[in-house]
Amino acid sequence: MKLSDLAPARKARVRAIAGGSLDLEAKLREVGFSEGDEVEMVGFGPFGGRTLAVRVNRTLVALRAGEAALVEVDPE
Amino acid sequence: MQRLALVGAPNSGKSTLFNGLTGGRAKVANYAGVTVERRSGRFQTASGREVELIDLPGIYGLSARSLDERIAVNVITGDAGAAEKPDALMVLIDAADLRTHLHLALQLKALGRPMLLVLNMIDLAQRDGVEIDVAKLEQRLGIPVVTACSTRKAGRAALLERLDTVLSNNTPPAPSALDSSDLRTIQKEARAITREVIVREPPMNKVTRAIDGVALNPWSGPFLLAALLFFVFQAVFSWAEAPMNLIDAAFTQMQALAKSELPEGLIRNLLADGIIAGVGSVFVFLPQILILFAFILALEASGYMARAAFMMDELMLRVGLNGRAFIPLLSSFACAIPGMMSARTIENENDRLTTILVAPLMTCSARLPVYTLIIAAFIPPTSVGPFNLQGLVMFGLYLAGVVSAVIMAFILKRSLTRGAPQPLLMAMPTYKLPDPYDFFVNLSMRGLSFLTRAGKYIFTVSVVLWFLASFPAGATTIRDTYAGMLGSWIEPLLRPIGFNLEIAIALVPGFAAREVAVGALGTVYAIQANGGEATGLAQALHGAWSLPTALAFLAWYIFAPQCMATLAVARREMNSWRWTAFMFGYLFGLAYIAAGLTYWTARWAGL
Repeated sequence: MKLSDLAPARKARVRAIAGGSLDLEAKLREVGFSEGDEVEMVGFGPFGGRTLAVRVNRTLVALRAGEAALVEVDPE
Repeated sequence: MQRLALVGAPNSGKSTLFNGLTGGRAKVANYAGVTVERRSGRFQTASGREVELIDLPGIYGLSARSLDERIAVNVITGDAGAAEKPDALMVLIDAADLRTHLHLALQLKALGRPMLLVLNMIDLAQRDGVEIDVAKLEQRLGIPVVTACSTRKAGRAALLERLDTVLSNNTPPAPSALDSSDLRTIQKEARAITREVIVREPPMNKVTRAIDGVALNPWSGPFLLAALLFFVFQAVFSWAEAPMNLIDAAFTQMQALAKSELPEGLIRNLLADGIIAGVGSVFVFLPQILILFAFILALEASGYMARAAFMMDELMLRVGLNGRAFIPLLSSFACAIPGMMSARTIENENDRLTTILVAPLMTCSARLPVYTLIIAAFIPPTSVGPFNLQGLVMFGLYLAGVVSAVIMAFILKRSLTRGAPQPLLMAMPTYKLPDPYDFFVNLSMRGLSFLTRAGKYIFTVSVVLWFLASFPAGATTIRDTYAGMLGSWIEPLLRPIGFNLEIAIALVPGFAAREVAVGALGTVYAIQANGGEATGLAQALHGAWSLPTALAFLAWYIFAPQCMATLAVARREMNSWRWTAFMFGYLFGLAYIAAGLTYWTARWAGL
């Protein structure tokens, strides 16, 4: 499933980072996403919730649903 | 002297370590041809080797996007020119999450530059229970690794010793087989290394999770942010009052001293009425600006600012910007100048341009004296429900600024600065208490940079304006001076929106800085400058202006483009005369239309 579809407080492991432009993939990787990493949906932003807070390992990352959809995860 | 560049992700504690090593004494310049600040300072290693330390903008990796990041990467790779190329790199990684950040060190190592890896903020990581086998990490990476806590001296001794080895050696690390642009492989390698060297890694910081339970909650988060902002503005206005009165009194005294001690003549008038009065009119805002900056710095250092950007992202996205534009716009409430400068962290050029273009619409503190004067003169302090009408009008003026900034950004992003919405990808740091030493160094640097930047323009402009308002020789009233002549030229233009000759004259010096218009009105209405100025002037205005004119004047100042320093900085930040002209033009147009509409609506309503 896509990271953007992960329910709040649910944990998952990153399976793949793909799709989108190479540019976006590089940015997702640089901010911390990598295959095999543990991620957790910490919460949605206010006013409609297209901005997400996701924990990657021990780091909290803010990103939008559009970008999060590029990260494929396996829920735990 | 050898050059050492400080490289690391945003929030890895770079600036704190920089201040700690250099004692906060930084030389601030610009990189050739761009507006990004180049902060450098000096320190000595354990053996007494002199080092120039360069604080590079924060980067997560080498695929840089924003103006800031591109500079950092170009300096590291040497693309910024041989003169900028550092002899060695000091790479900072937050020790609390080595797993997520180690790829940066591997990418840099693949470039083959001599480097020292610093596991920073090790104290906070250890407090969380993180354990790292540093010797093993050093062996696996093939580059020297030290731990440090950037806020404490104790942790820096080992760092200074190891730096000696790195700098005297000057041999790059053994070339690795990795390609710095192949992130996937680099991350795989980084994960493999961290699996070996991380002895113990507990879950994420508990305090941060607990605070975020409230701060990032979609219901309580916005309330917390609104409450914080309300408190900040309350503080900016109430705490600044006493020091502002002191500064004002000091400059008035200096002016009186110059007038009584110096022989009568041009020099005395230039010094007292031109320079001291002009420079004083800017210095008086220093307390407000320092208080606002103090809050912004504390919010940044504590880790909350990234959360504020997260909270605002959705609203900003609807306008066409992203959450990062929130901080520049917030700073613009003190003064648009630092606001425009902090827009450099915005990745997309169109977004950065839009943010700069709308920053002057946020009500800066220079407009406050004008609002205060006119409101005191024309708006009765009657109660409207639980509120005071004067306070409501003031609030309305601030709100009008914010609303017009939102509308303007919305229009710009769909026309002149069109572009797809930019992604938001931002790490939100662990909460921590700001280090007091670091905080004061940063605050004094921001204060100084405001004074020198603004002071430079104000000084020149006040000399020019003094000349315009004092000559030709023999002019007895301000109407006969050059300023008066300029005023009467523009008066026909301003008459349709209800402005009289006196306002037209006051707007000429008001171009230097908005608040100068108050002093100019005082001169025009021949009010003695000493004692009871505000009440005297307010009474004079009450008799001379109609209510529609006063309201039109307030409406004008919501948009009023006349501030030389802002335009000069806007020109530098946008690097374009065309955009600067556009900014001036649209602000002028809006001010004109708003004042006209207000005037004629008020007339029609029979006020």
